Amino acid sequence: MATKTSSRPAATARRTTIGLKILMAGTGLVFIGYVLLHMYGNLKALGGEESFNTYAEHLRTLGEPMLPYAGLLWVIRVVLILSLVGHAYAAFTLWSRAGNARRTKYAAVKTAMRTAWMRWGGVFLLLFLVWHLLQFTILKFSVNGDKQGASIQNNPYELVVASFQVPWNTLIYVLAMVALAFHLSHGTFSAQQTLGWTATPHAYRRAKTIGHVVAAVIVVGFLIPPLSILFGLIK
Amino acid sequence: MNLTLKIWRQAGPRHTGELMTYKVSDISPDMSFLEMLDVLNEQLNAKGEEPIAFDSDCREGICGMCGLMISGEAHGPEKTTTCQLHMRSFRDGEVITIEPWRANAFPVIKDLVVDRGAFDRIIQAGGYVSVNTGAAPDAHATPVPKPAADRAFMAAECIGCGACVAACPNASAMLFMGAKVTHLSELPQGQPERMARVVSMVDQHDEEGFGGCTNVGACSQACPKGIPQDVISTLNKDLRAALRG
Repeated sequence: MATKTSSRPAATARRTTIGLKILMAGTGLVFIGYVLLHMYGNLKALGGEESFNTYAEHLRTLGEPMLPYAGLLWVIRVVLILSLVGHAYAAFTLWSRAGNARRTKYAAVKTAMRTAWMRWGGVFLLLFLVWHLLQFTILKFSVNGDKQGASIQNNPYELVVASFQVPWNTLIYVLAMVALAFHLSHGTFSAQQTLGWTATPHAYRRAKTIGHVVAAVIVVGFLIPPLSILFGLIK
Repeated sequence: MNLTLKIWRQAGPRHTGELMTYKVSDISPDMSFLEMLDVLNEQLNAKGEEPIAFDSDCREGICGMCGLMISGEAHGPEKTTTCQLHMRSFRDGEVITIEPWRANAFPVIKDLVVDRGAFDRIIQAGGYVSVNTGAAPDAHATPVPKPAADRAFMAAECIGCGACVAACPNASAMLFMGAKVTHLSELPQGQPERMARVVSMVDQHDEEGFGGCTNVGACSQACPKGIPQDVISTLNKDLRAALRG
């Protein structure tokens, strides 16, 4: 007698918690790639005004004449916006499912808080992202009372330098980068685990190491330019 | 040893429960945790009070029946089952909080006893291989590479106690499911149903109301059998393969 093997459509797999996690992991990897490129761009500030502004302009002319002015930039922006929507959708859906999975809490708690750090850290990063985009992309306003006007607004290098000469603005940035490092040290490992790349003890340890390395590179690379500005090394 | 115990008492599934305080004295450090509870129940019986309901069976750490949240740690401070935990792991005079596994998928039946039927239903959904009955096949009829056999055995150590769910911040059963999926996926006998199995089991897992995995590893730390987190990666890998159809 032949035994019956049930088969389920792949569509069912997509709606599962693991399906959502795969969405979160995939979009997370997009962000990891993006922040590494972004960090490279920021470090151009060390080369001075011309180096930084040429890079900023080149981002807009890249791909011309095949693409229109700022064409590639908009392609990147659309990918990032879609990734953000997917990442946040998966995160909030899973957060709510997890909340419903244990409605009666323990009286005595002795567990690691990493999950809470990822979630609230993620919310903090989302708020920072709004602030960061308003400051440098959408409104391009200077928080520096001494440096205002169109000459600052239309000069990326001047805007960055003016902004990070303000200690409270730099403090927000430092806090956000520390939060990003924590988010990525777990997130980079977690994405690899979710995508099934860590199915051996060796690969598992390697994934953990990659997570820590990415986090360290990001926090150092992103903090060099603003701290150099704050302490007057870049003017 | 003299101990103060705060124990979750709940008369039935629909009753509201609360932590009640009890004192036990002259406890031998060589007693197991469950024997210490047996002593308390003797006292309660003598006073005509309702004894504390808790699960246990083999009491030698292999069946997966017992399981208590002890001061916030599944199966207590040692890497073992509650029945193999000894009172020498505690300090004299310590206050110990004892709670049932907390997960909506594991409803409390009474006091410290929870219904882990959700695990059985996940297994029924796909945690098996379909083989024709008959004479036992030759032991070497199907060759299995040694590393695959080792990993399958390692995953098969899971006794389904539920500590992973209890310890997980999301009350997720991914370590349990990862162990079951890895156990069968490593072996030739598990291949024909591999993709259907993982989808059915994960669907059932979600339907039971377990949460998702955040890969923090609280499950592996709590697991009395030390099942590593990488089995969850195998589970994820199989589901991703099933997604591609």
